[in-house]
Amino acid sequence: MVASTPSKKLFSVTLRVWRQANPDQPGKFVDYPAHNVSPDMSFLELLDVVNDGLTVSPEEPIAFAHDCREGICGTCSCTINGKPHGPGKGVATCQVYMRSFQAGDVIVVEPFRATAFPIIKDLVTERSAFDKIQQAGGFISARTGAAPDANAILVSKAAADLAMDAAACIGCGACVAACKNASAMLFVAAKVSHLGLMPQGQPERDRRVLAMVQTMDEAGFGNCTNQYECSAVCPKNITHDFIARLNRDYVGALFRSELQSVSTSAGGGA
Amino acid sequence: MNILGSLFNSSIGKKVLMALTGLVLFGFVTGHLLGNLQIFLPPQKINAYGHMLESLGAGLWLVRLFLLACVVIHVWVAIQLTRENSAARPVNYGVAHTNRASLASRVMARTGLVVLAFLVYHLLDFTFRVQHPEWSQHSFALADGTLVRDVHTMMVQGFSRPGVAFFYILAVGLLSYHLAHGVVSLVQTLGFKNERWTRGLECFARVYCWGYFLLNTAIPLAILGGWVKAHV
Repeated sequence: MVASTPSKKLFSVTLRVWRQANPDQPGKFVDYPAHNVSPDMSFLELLDVVNDGLTVSPEEPIAFAHDCREGICGTCSCTINGKPHGPGKGVATCQVYMRSFQAGDVIVVEPFRATAFPIIKDLVTERSAFDKIQQAGGFISARTGAAPDANAILVSKAAADLAMDAAACIGCGACVAACKNASAMLFVAAKVSHLGLMPQGQPERDRRVLAMVQTMDEAGFGNCTNQYECSAVCPKNITHDFIARLNRDYVGALFRSELQSVSTSAGGGA
Repeated sequence: MNILGSLFNSSIGKKVLMALTGLVLFGFVTGHLLGNLQIFLPPQKINAYGHMLESLGAGLWLVRLFLLACVVIHVWVAIQLTRENSAARPVNYGVAHTNRASLASRVMARTGLVVLAFLVYHLLDFTFRVQHPEWSQHSFALADGTLVRDVHTMMVQGFSRPGVAFFYILAVGLLSYHLAHGVVSLVQTLGFKNERWTRGLECFARVYCWGYFLLNTAIPLAILGGWVKAHV
């Protein structure tokens, strides 16, 4: 027997969406009334429905980024009523449901706004700055072998748990979008801590933090002012304690790299 | 890259400079308040204390230059950080939304600027005594007969001007507010904060800032109210 479902009263809302044809043109908000909205619809489904209407009109459909729609890929990226990923806690935009809104609401939908995340079209932003940061140091060179080798290097439970908390980062960029200064510190802190906590991440630990922070700075992100807007919107609830850890790692790496001797035959090969 | 270059050029380095200079200045204002509270003791106490500081000679100037360097770095780096931060988001959101950033944390530049303006005035007024050269005279005799500057009278006369007293109260109020974010923030920047003792740290900051504000305000209020009187 199907359990009785809660009230499914359909309602109407107005979507106020940022429309911008391309990176070089100025954008503006445009209102789209949406009727017969089911509270069980996801927010992205509502955008789909609005787009269905737009495809048969002279106007272009709203461009928005989405992929897995189950909160694990980090592709969806809207700012809903000023909050990246909308009203929920610990969820991505794709996990926002229309029951979070009231009938008659005007829902303002904007792209993530940061110099380092230029707008491509409407709600879609270019977030490859994160890829550049990852390429600068978000990797290990230790050979981890095949599956049976996974236990060859022992990892303490405490370190594994903490590293897993950091590794939960899906790189969506909501931390940047929420930060008053468009800083990428929570993202970088998560990536640096994730590998820095594991024994396999130790060989490159200092180089990693120095290179990733340098790449972050070059990409045009702002600076952290410890207001913790980032962790408040993180769909994976990553804590800003990792930012303190990143600061500590960075200063330590600065001093260690300065004191380290360099081989005079470096680069000569064996 | 060398350490100094990285400190002045990287985002985390600049934040560390803000935190370290902030920590020094936090220590200074705390010590300065404790010294000033001697106004509530007999006049020879604060005058002897002032004489002790001035007789440090070159040592005093070293400390003063160090503090000045901290102020200059704190302000200079703050200007750089603020400019970078506004460049990182040139277009604001249509809907402004704040999740949990405290008001104190969002007005750091503004509270800091008022405090800086007061600092300049305060140094000209009480340290260089440009308006009242007579405050530089050694007119107070300590118990051993040494003639020293009369700091007590300077403070009483200084704070008997209601405009100056008001500016002072405003500045220490805004400085307390500045510290409400700064004290907790510097621990995070230096990398020593975590969830386990955040609450304790925030509690300390709240108690400290209220204490700092009330004790500082007590001085001009006691003078204006006539509880602390000129001794001559």
